[in-house]
Amino acid sequence: MLCDVCKCNDATVFLTQIIEGKMQKVNLCDACSKEKGVQDPTGFALADLLLGIGAAEEIEKGSPTQRCPVCGFTQADFKKTGRLGCSTCYATFTEALTALLKAMHKGTAHVGKVPERAHRAGELSDKMRNLSESLQKAVAEENYETAASLRDQIKQLESELAG
Amino acid sequence: MSNAGEWLRGEGPHHQIVVSSRVRLARNLRDRAFPGWAKKAERTAILELIKPHVEKLPEMQDSFSELLQDLSALEKQVLVERHLISREHAAKSAGSAVVMNRRQTLSIMINEEDHLRMQSMRSGLQLKQAFKLLDKIDTALENELEFAYDQRLGYLTACPTNVGTGMRASAMLHLPGLVLSELINQVVQAVSKIGLAVRGLYGEGTEAMGNLFQISNQTTLGEKEDEIIARLTKVIETIIDKEHDARQVLIQKKSNTLWDQIGRAYGVLTYAHAMSSKEALNLLSIIKLGIDLGAFPEEKRLPIDELFIDTQPAHLQKTSQQKLNAEERDHLRAQIIRARLKVLPKPDISKLATDSGNGSRPASSEQ
Ligand SMILES: [Zn+2]
Ligand SMILES: [Zn+2]
Repeated sequence: MLCDVCKCNDATVFLTQIIEGKMQKVNLCDACSKEKGVQDPTGFALADLLLGIGAAEEIEKGSPTQRCPVCGFTQADFKKTGRLGCSTCYATFTEALTALLKAMHKGTAHVGKVPERAHRAGELSDKMRNLSESLQKAVAEENYETAASLRDQIKQLESELAG
Repeated sequence: MSNAGEWLRGEGPHHQIVVSSRVRLARNLRDRAFPGWAKKAERTAILELIKPHVEKLPEMQDSFSELLQDLSALEKQVLVERHLISREHAAKSAGSAVVMNRRQTLSIMINEEDHLRMQSMRSGLQLKQAFKLLDKIDTALENELEFAYDQRLGYLTACPTNVGTGMRASAMLHLPGLVLSELINQVVQAVSKIGLAVRGLYGEGTEAMGNLFQISNQTTLGEKEDEIIARLTKVIETIIDKEHDARQVLIQKKSNTLWDQIGRAYGVLTYAHAMSSKEALNLLSIIKLGIDLGAFPEEKRLPIDELFIDTQPAHLQKTSQQKLNAEERDHLRAQIIRARLKVLPKPDISKLATDSGNGSRPASSEQ
């Protein structure tokens, strides 16, 4: 039996992992199993390896020449490595990644820990949204006194957000 | 750093079956290339930015901080065998570092696959406690460093498999009872249906090396950290019960097979002059089971547990102070085991027989 990764050496390491009830089997040669770190009982390389194989197929959906504006990464690079280039890549390749993330995870949105910084920013942007809505309403109702006060509050908040 | 970490000193809850618990968090800096994509100069700049904040943590006051380029291949491999760094991290050189506390219960890898991989290890089943420590460290670091975080996707990681919480919680379980009674596949199947991954390193057939299995969460997006940990803990507790049940059934229905296995493991380990890593792990597993069942004295547990690590290739190489080929390693491994087993008296089967009736030993010592 040949190694699933290099497809040239004989497989000597046989791994079985069950993910969400689906049995996944991978046969690796000695060299590839070492390289993939599967002999490390604490590693999670197998999951990454399996998902990496799946990832390569999913990612073909997007345009292969699109580049991340921050790090210059392309989808072709992702196909090669199974890893992204920087945090902005998630926004750059959102189209291709959405289906992939959906297939990989339990949900599509994060519900866990929120860093204090993001938490504050989130609160401020919620506040901003409320103020803008009130302002539109006040203008529509020709309630200019309220509108003026809302504009001041928005200005104040903008400077907070900038700082 | 001459001894194995504190997490090995089996003192945590359910330590007979749960060898260790570990939780790891992946974090990255916003808008900086991930380590695998960054050029060397940028990687080094990121390292220099992160490292002082990690070293400054109160939890790292008594710590080792090493640049990967300053460690020899052997030193790196020893850290891998102690589960303090990953195999991937050991392959890194310039621009990567590891900071770990002296007790070896906390290890922070800088520029592994992500800018930060923080790992907390504990003996026995203590996932909640391991996470609590990391959560605190993460909060302290995020006040100093701006982490890549997205309102919808959570913490952004180099590999999409880690996005969201960036958390992987896992426990290493020793399940000889379930393996010997051929129930392990059933358990593995059941566990995997609920989104958790179980893995052992399989040789031929379904036998995992050393009867050691790792169970971990498979997904990181769409579930809260404490929910993941609670779910995992509950499943592990169920497996612990199943393992105890399996051992009781073996004692009552297949005692001859069980004593034969323990006797053979003792005989081979005591007299063999060449032993592969796989054979050593499998036989040591049976001795460990023997200790759990009372065939060997409880106070010999630590020297046996330490052999699981001390007989790994890099540890052997370190002991011998010279480069060994596979044959020499097998020889040295057998020699170390023989020496260590001198303190272990012959298996006391009468002890086993009297204990088997009520099965009080494994259950009561852990409650
Ligand atoms: Zn191969
Ligand atoms: Zn990018």
